[in-house]
Amino acid sequence: MQWKELERTARQIRLRDLEAVYAAGAGHIGGEMSAIDILTALYFHVLKIYPDDAKHPDRDRFVLSKGHTACALYVTLAKRGFFPEDEISTFLQPHSRLNGHPNCNKVPGVETNTGPLGHGLPVAIGIATAGKLSSAAYHTYVMTGDGEMQEGSNWEAIMAASQFQLNNLTLIIDHNRFQQGAALADTNNVAPLRPKLEAFGWEVTEINGNDMAEIVPALQHRGARPHCIVAHTNKGHGISFMQDRVDWHHKVPNKEQYELAVAELSEAL
Amino acid sequence: MDAPISTTVLHDCRDAFAATLEKMASIDQTIVAVCNDSVGSSKLGGFKSKFPDRLINVGIAEQNMVGVSAGLANGGRIPFVCAASCFLTGRALEQIKADISYSNANVKLIGISSGMAYGELGPTHHSIEDFAWTRVLPNLPVIAPCDRIETAAAIEWAASYAGPCFLRLSRVGVPDLLPEGHKFVPGRANRLRDGEDVTLIANGTLTHRMMKAADILAKQGVNARVLNMATVRPIDEDAIIAAAKETGAIVTAEEHSIYGGLGSAVAEVVVDNAPVPMKRLGVPGIYAPTGSAEFLLDEFGMAPSAIAEATLALLKRK
Repeated sequence: MQWKELERTARQIRLRDLEAVYAAGAGHIGGEMSAIDILTALYFHVLKIYPDDAKHPDRDRFVLSKGHTACALYVTLAKRGFFPEDEISTFLQPHSRLNGHPNCNKVPGVETNTGPLGHGLPVAIGIATAGKLSSAAYHTYVMTGDGEMQEGSNWEAIMAASQFQLNNLTLIIDHNRFQQGAALADTNNVAPLRPKLEAFGWEVTEINGNDMAEIVPALQHRGARPHCIVAHTNKGHGISFMQDRVDWHHKVPNKEQYELAVAELSEAL
Repeated sequence: MDAPISTTVLHDCRDAFAATLEKMASIDQTIVAVCNDSVGSSKLGGFKSKFPDRLINVGIAEQNMVGVSAGLANGGRIPFVCAASCFLTGRALEQIKADISYSNANVKLIGISSGMAYGELGPTHHSIEDFAWTRVLPNLPVIAPCDRIETAAAIEWAASYAGPCFLRLSRVGVPDLLPEGHKFVPGRANRLRDGEDVTLIANGTLTHRMMKAADILAKQGVNARVLNMATVRPIDEDAIIAAAKETGAIVTAEEHSIYGGLGSAVAEVVVDNAPVPMKRLGVPGIYAPTGSAEFLLDEFGMAPSAIAEATLALLKRK
C-alpha cells in the first residue's frame, strides 16, 4: 500500500473513531487521533496477520499498552477484517465486547488485556522472549503513551529487553506531550526519551509519528538490539480545535464540534 | 477417608516442587521457569542446570516478571513463576489481575516461603494476605498443598491445566499425610479423618497440626473430622456443607490472616448454606512479632493442644 493510500485509510479510521466516540458519549479521542497513523501503518502495511485466524502462531504481535485508546484499535481491527465493521456501533453499549479497554478473550486480534498503564511492555517482552525460545519468526510491537512511561514497570521491562537481547521487539512511544491532566512537561517530564532508552541499551529512532513516510520505514527497521521508536505526534491530530489541547484527553465533542470535525476529516478524504 | 497420617519425617515441599517441575519440563519442552533473582530460594538450581535457556530470571522486578510470564504464555510457553509469595502477590497484584486472571493467561504462579516462613524477617516478608488478594480473582485457582506428595500432584496438575493458578508453598518442613500416588483434584477436599462431633479444616502447614489436634481431642472423647482443603478457590462447598450438617461445628486454621483467607471462605459457604458455630484460627489482624514460623503458629494459638482447646470451647456453643 502506498503512503497516500495509507493516509487515506488513516483518515477513514479517524472519522469512524470520531463517530463512535460521539455516539457513545465517551472515549479517549485525543490519544486516539495521535496514534491512528501508526495503527494504520501497522495493520495495513507492516504486520503479518491473519484476520480469519486471529491466534495464528506465526502472526506478528501488537500490544496496545495505552489501552484507553481501545476505540482506535477496534476501528482498525474491524476495518482490517477481524470482526464486522458494523459492530463498532456497539462501542461501550451494554454487553458489547467493545468496552473502554481491550479484552483479548472477547475481541479477535487483541493480544492481552490492557487498561491499567505500564502493563503492555512487560507482556510484549514475554511474547518476544517466547519467540526467541521457539526460534519463531514473528516480531512483537507494543505502543505506550509518553505519560505512561512514568510507570516504573516500564523501566523494569526496558532493562529486561536489553538484557534478553530482544532484537525482535519494537516499542513505539506515542509522544504527544500530553497526559490526562496536564502536559507531560508540567507533570513528571520523562522527556527526552531517546537518551534514557539508549542508556539502557536500546536502539532509538525518532520520527514524526503522524507522517507515513517516516512511520513505515521505522516500523520495518530491524537491528541488533531492541528498538524504540519515539513517535512525535499531536494529541487530537487531524481535528483543528482538538490538536495539542489537554482537555481533549477524554472530552466528547458537542454537536457543533462534531459536525466541524466530521467536515475537516471528510474534506481530507 | 482419603488417607492415613503417616510419617514423622519432615519434608520441605519446595524439593517436591522442584523435582516435579524438572520432571514435567523434561516431558514438555514448552515449560519454562521465571523468577526474580530467586533461583536459590525457589530451588531452581537443578532446573537451571538442565534447561539453562528455559530459566528466565528478570532480576528484582516483580511487576515485569508477571507481565513477562503473560507474554510467554501468549507465545505458547507454560511459565512457572517462582518468587517469594509476599512480593509475587503483593508487589504484582495488578499484573496478576489484569495480565493473568482477566486475560486468562496460562501462567502458574508459585508463591514460595508463604505464610510466616520468613518469620524472623518481619511482617514485610510474611505472606499472610495472599489468599485474600488472590481468591477474589476469577479464573485463578488458589492452592496450598499440605505435604510433599500433594505438592508434587498439584504441580503435575498445574502443568496439564490450560489456565492460570496460584499455588503457595512454605519452606517449613511438614510430614507426609497423603498416600504416594495421590492425585490432586482442584476444588476437592480430602477427608483425612472421620468424625461426627466437629470438623477441623486446614491446608498447607496447618493440616498436620489439625491431625495432631484431632488425636488430642479423641483422647477426650471428641471425634473430630479432619478435612485437608488445599484449594481455597474454588472451595469445596459440598464437603463444607456436609461437615456443617453432619458434625454441627467447624474449626479452621491457616497460616494467614483470619480475614479473607481459608476460614473466611469456609464461613461464607457455612453462612449461606448451613449456619453452625465456627472458630477461625490464624493471624488475628495484627503484624506478628519476631520469631520462627513454628513459634509464631504456636503464638497465635495454633499449637495442636491450643487447637484442641479452642475446639472444646467451640463445642460448648453447639
